[in-house]
Amino acid sequence: MIGITSYGAYIPCYRIKVEEIARVWGDNPEHIKKGLLICEKSVPDLDEDAATIAVEAARNAIRRRDIDPKEIGAVYIGSESHPYAVKPTATIVAEAIGATPDLTAADFEFACKAGTAAIQACMGEVTMGMIKYGMAIGADVSQGAPGDALEYTAAAGGAAYIIGKKNLIAEIEDTFSFTTDTPDFWRREGESYPMHGGRFTGEPAYFKHIMSATKSLMKKVGTKPGDYDYVVFHQPNGKFPLRMAKMLGFVEEQIKPGLVVSKLGNTYSGSSLIGLAAVLDQAKPGSRILMTSFGSGAGSDAFSMTVTDGIEETRGKAPTIAELLKSPKYIDYALYAKHKGKIVV
Amino acid sequence: MAVARLWRHIPARYNLIGTECQICGGLYFPPRTTCPTCRRDGKIIERKFKGTGEVVTYTIIYSASSTFRRQTPYVLAIIRLDEGPQLTGQIVCNPDETKIGMKVRPIFRKLGEDGSSGIIYYGTKFTPLREASK
Repeated sequence: MIGITSYGAYIPCYRIKVEEIARVWGDNPEHIKKGLLICEKSVPDLDEDAATIAVEAARNAIRRRDIDPKEIGAVYIGSESHPYAVKPTATIVAEAIGATPDLTAADFEFACKAGTAAIQACMGEVTMGMIKYGMAIGADVSQGAPGDALEYTAAAGGAAYIIGKKNLIAEIEDTFSFTTDTPDFWRREGESYPMHGGRFTGEPAYFKHIMSATKSLMKKVGTKPGDYDYVVFHQPNGKFPLRMAKMLGFVEEQIKPGLVVSKLGNTYSGSSLIGLAAVLDQAKPGSRILMTSFGSGAGSDAFSMTVTDGIEETRGKAPTIAELLKSPKYIDYALYAKHKGKIVV
Repeated sequence: MAVARLWRHIPARYNLIGTECQICGGLYFPPRTTCPTCRRDGKIIERKFKGTGEVVTYTIIYSASSTFRRQTPYVLAIIRLDEGPQLTGQIVCNPDETKIGMKVRPIFRKLGEDGSSGIIYYGTKFTPLREASK
């Protein structure tokens, strides 16, 4: 049996509302809110980046289960905003959680699904007996060019998962990935902001990949949508996951508990992993969860999980997603631009 | 800052690892290689501090060097760790809410960087200890 031994998340306290971004660019905020089903998004502090967010999430994961960091044999960080082009974020995190030096570590990149790819890598190493625990993190300070539609959603946050065979809070029954070369979203080396194919990011990218991975996983495991209590999909906005759920035959009661994008935004590599954390915060032993990530470029990783009795021991040990979203500090566009380094002097 | 010096500071900055004298029980942060009380009779070992503590005194920085100019105004404080040693650190909060005696907890942040192409320094800052932020 393999699965999640612990999890932790982190979300910066700053927020900017859709109305404030729309005011600057002359957009109609109601159209944006209705179109994207998003009200506000998180913004990193001036001294926060993907590494600091990953460290806070990782420390919350360790705190939740009192894991000895020296037993973590691999730390993998998925992000598309690693602070260095060359020098791993993973070594910073491994050092900061006290897991060094007897471990392996690496940074993963696959747009918004690098964190779930890291979970799969940990699953392989744990299954093979190479390591006792592996830590997989998805963390981003997402980029969206000023005035681009992405600016309404590109947010900051992350979640960390400790994968192991012992002390599980959720068993991972199986995983399935679906990957093709689909150029729906990209950022060239040295460029500050990504570009995307507009509507092309929908049908041939997000919907095709999540649908294929999810259907194939359910076929492999022998389940149908009604067998799951919760379903989590990558959340680039509020609309896509809801439509995806409907297309696959899931109902709103299954997807709503993990749908946190309207008050958080799209945390890229953190997105589906924070959604899963929100579900684990409230899931009961025996609950079944299906999670499918999506990374542009493009691919999806789907996971079928069942929550174990161990989940009850972890309550209250680390902040929940609801607690992390509580008491936001709202900032205006000028301060947001300063926080995001959009003002260059 | 020279890379070698930065690297030597990583254990102290990331995880508040200081030292303890096993002879007199003295606790030190930043770490000392020699016990100032026991001198050559002292026996120094590593000691990790929890990072929770309280504000002894503080100042608000309005005029900073170029590295910190974007962050002004910010709070620089002397913090007494629960175990006893005192250290200087930044408190991430609204300057108006800072009080002497305020309880704080550690957070992991960027401390600075050598320009846009140099090394980034990470380490511990502090934030007010609130019930919700366990």
